[in-house]
Amino acid sequence: MLVVELDGKPTLDQLVCGSTVDARGDTDDDAAGAGDTGIDVVHLSAADALDEYLRDHGFGRIAKRLNKTGVIDMVGTAAPGIDDVVVLGKIKQYERSGSYDLVVVDGPAAGHAITFLTSAAGLANAVRGGPVKTQSDDVLELLADEARCQVVLVTLPETTPVNEVIETAFALEEEVGVRLGPVVVNAVDVGVALPAPEAGAAAVEPLPADDADLLLAAAAFRRSRRQMEHDELARLTRELPLAQVHLGARPVAGLLAEDIEALVDDVFGAPDDPRASAGG
Amino acid sequence: MADFATLIDDAEVIVCCGSGGVGKTTTAAVLGLEAARTGRRVVVVTIDPARRLADALGLADGLAAEPQRIDLAGSPGVAASGELWAMMLDTEATFDGLVHRFAEDERQVERILSNPLYRNMAGAMSGTQEYMAAETLHALHGDDRFDLVVVDTPPSRNALDFLEAPGVLARFLDHRAFKLLMLPTKTGLKVLGSAAQPLLKAIGRIVGSDVLADSVAFFQAFSGMESGFHDRADEVVALIRAPETSFVVVAAPRHDAIDEAVWFAEQLVEQGVGVRAAVINRMQPAFGVGSAGDAAGETAAASDPVVAALWANVAELRTLREQEQAVISPLVDIAGADAVATLPLLDSDVHDLDGLWTIAAHLFRDADPISPSG
Repeated sequence: MLVVELDGKPTLDQLVCGSTVDARGDTDDDAAGAGDTGIDVVHLSAADALDEYLRDHGFGRIAKRLNKTGVIDMVGTAAPGIDDVVVLGKIKQYERSGSYDLVVVDGPAAGHAITFLTSAAGLANAVRGGPVKTQSDDVLELLADEARCQVVLVTLPETTPVNEVIETAFALEEEVGVRLGPVVVNAVDVGVALPAPEAGAAAVEPLPADDADLLLAAAAFRRSRRQMEHDELARLTRELPLAQVHLGARPVAGLLAEDIEALVDDVFGAPDDPRASAGG
Repeated sequence: MADFATLIDDAEVIVCCGSGGVGKTTTAAVLGLEAARTGRRVVVVTIDPARRLADALGLADGLAAEPQRIDLAGSPGVAASGELWAMMLDTEATFDGLVHRFAEDERQVERILSNPLYRNMAGAMSGTQEYMAAETLHALHGDDRFDLVVVDTPPSRNALDFLEAPGVLARFLDHRAFKLLMLPTKTGLKVLGSAAQPLLKAIGRIVGSDVLADSVAFFQAFSGMESGFHDRADEVVALIRAPETSFVVVAAPRHDAIDEAVWFAEQLVEQGVGVRAAVINRMQPAFGVGSAGDAAGETAAASDPVVAALWANVAELRTLREQEQAVISPLVDIAGADAVATLPLLDSDVHDLDGLWTIAAHLFRDADPISPSG
C-alpha cells in the first residue's frame, strides 16, 4: 500500500517506517527497513506536482526561462485550484498504476480540505478544453466513484474540532458528493476508571490532608475533562449520522511508531487476539 | 512572569505565530486583554473566523472587518485608559483598499477589481492572506486610536511566509513574464511576437485562451502602480522587522508541535527578527509534588481499591505531564526559560471573558514554573 503525505512534514515516515518513494514513483529501497512493512510513503507538494505537470505538457523550455516559483505563481493565480487538481491527478495516477491495493492520503486540515476536494469541480467548469479539463474530469470521476474513493474524517473529542468536522462533513457531501467513511475520533480518554465523587471523598478520609486534597483534585479534574469529552461525543453522534471509530489516548506527548501499532491492535485486534471491531 | 509584563508594556506590535490548532488566537486575545488592563489601547486582529472568540469577547454579531470596542465594564481592575478592540482580517477588502490607494483614477480601479484574475489573487493566491495581515497590521499601527496591535498569523509551516509575503505582489508585478506581457503596450506588438508569444501560447495551452486574455488584461491594468506597491511593501516589511515589533511563538506540548515551533523560532532568529517569548498551551496541570513513579508506588501499596484507583489516576496525569515537560525542553532552550510560559489545560473550555481572564491570570501572575532540564 501507499501513503501520500501532503504537508511536507517528516512525521509520517517515522510513524509507519515504510520505504520512501519520490514523486516520480521510484522506490528508495536502500532506505533502512525498506520493504518490511509493505508500506510506501510519498511526499507530494503542490509546487512540485505543478512543475512536473507543466514539464510533461510542453512547458519545460519556457519554464526554464522564468524562475520556477514565478511560473507556478502565475499559472496558479490564473487558474486557481490547478495546483490542487494536479496533486489529485497525481494521486489518481498512483491509484491507476496497479502497484498498490490501497492508497491512503493524509489530506489537508479542515478549512483547506473542502477547497482541495472542490478544486476539480471548479476547474472543470472554468476551463473548456485541453489537458487541465481532462485532468479535472478524471479527478471528479475518481471522487464520485464510491468503489474507488472514500473520505475518512478525523477529529478530537473537543468543541472546536467537533464543530469543524460536522461542518466539513456536510460541505463535502453537498459540494463534492464524495462517500464519507466512519469518523475517527482520536485521543479519547480510556484511562483508569474513577470512583464516584462521594466514594472517593469517603475513601481518602483516613489519609493525610495533602494526599487527600491532591487525589480529589486530580479526580475532579479528570472527571470534568471526561464529561466534556462525553458531551462532545454525544453531540457528534446527534449531529452527524456517520459511524464513529474511537482511538484511545496514549499516555505520551506525541505518538511514536510503537503507539501506532498499539492503536492498530485496538481497532482491528492484535494478531493473536481477534477482537472484531472498534469502540463507538 | 516579568518578560510577559515587559512585553505588553513596551511592544507596539505583537505577532503570535505557530502551527494550526495550538491556541494562537486565544493567546493573542489574552495578551490584548492584559495589556488593556494595564491601561493600553489595544486592537487584536484575528485571521480565525472562529465563533468562539467572538462569543468569548461578548460580540453577539461575531467579529467584523472594522475594529469593535469590547465592553470591559464587567471586568474589575481594568485601568481607566485601557481599551480593547477586536477585528477580523478581511483579505479581499484589504486588497481592494490597496488598489484604491495606488490607482491613478477610478477607471483603473474598475478595470482591476472586475478582472477575474485579480479576484482569484485577492481571494486565493498563496501568501495573499499573510500579505494582507501584514498590511492591516501596518495600517493599524499608524491609527491614532491604538497604541498596541496584536495579530495572530495564518497557520503556516513557514515563519518566512509572513515576513516575505508583503513582497509577493511586488515580485509578481516585477516578474519577467509580466515584463514580457507589458511590452506590447509600450513598444508595439512586434516585440510581443518575438519574446512573449511562445510563453503566451504555452500558458494558453495549459489554462485555456480566455483565462490567458484575463491575465494579459490584468497585467496591463496594473500598469503604473508597481512602484506604489513596492514602496508600501518595503514599509510593511520594515515595520515587521522593527524593534517595536515582537514575535511570540505559540505551541502545544506535543513533540511534533514543539518541533515546528523550534523550527519557526530558528527561522526568526536566522532572519535577525528573534523570538521575544513563547507560550506553550494546554499543559497537564501538576497534582502534588511527586513523580508518576511515586504515584504508581502508592497505587500498588494502597489496600483500599478506591484509594488505589485515585492514585492510579494521579499516576496517569503525572506521566503525561512528565512526558510534556521532556518534550518542551528544546523550545525552552531556544527561547530562554524566562521567556517561556506554560498555560495549563483547564477543566473547561474558554467560552466567555472570565475564561480569558483565567488564562491571563495564569500567564501574568501565576505562571507555571519552568524546569529547563525537563
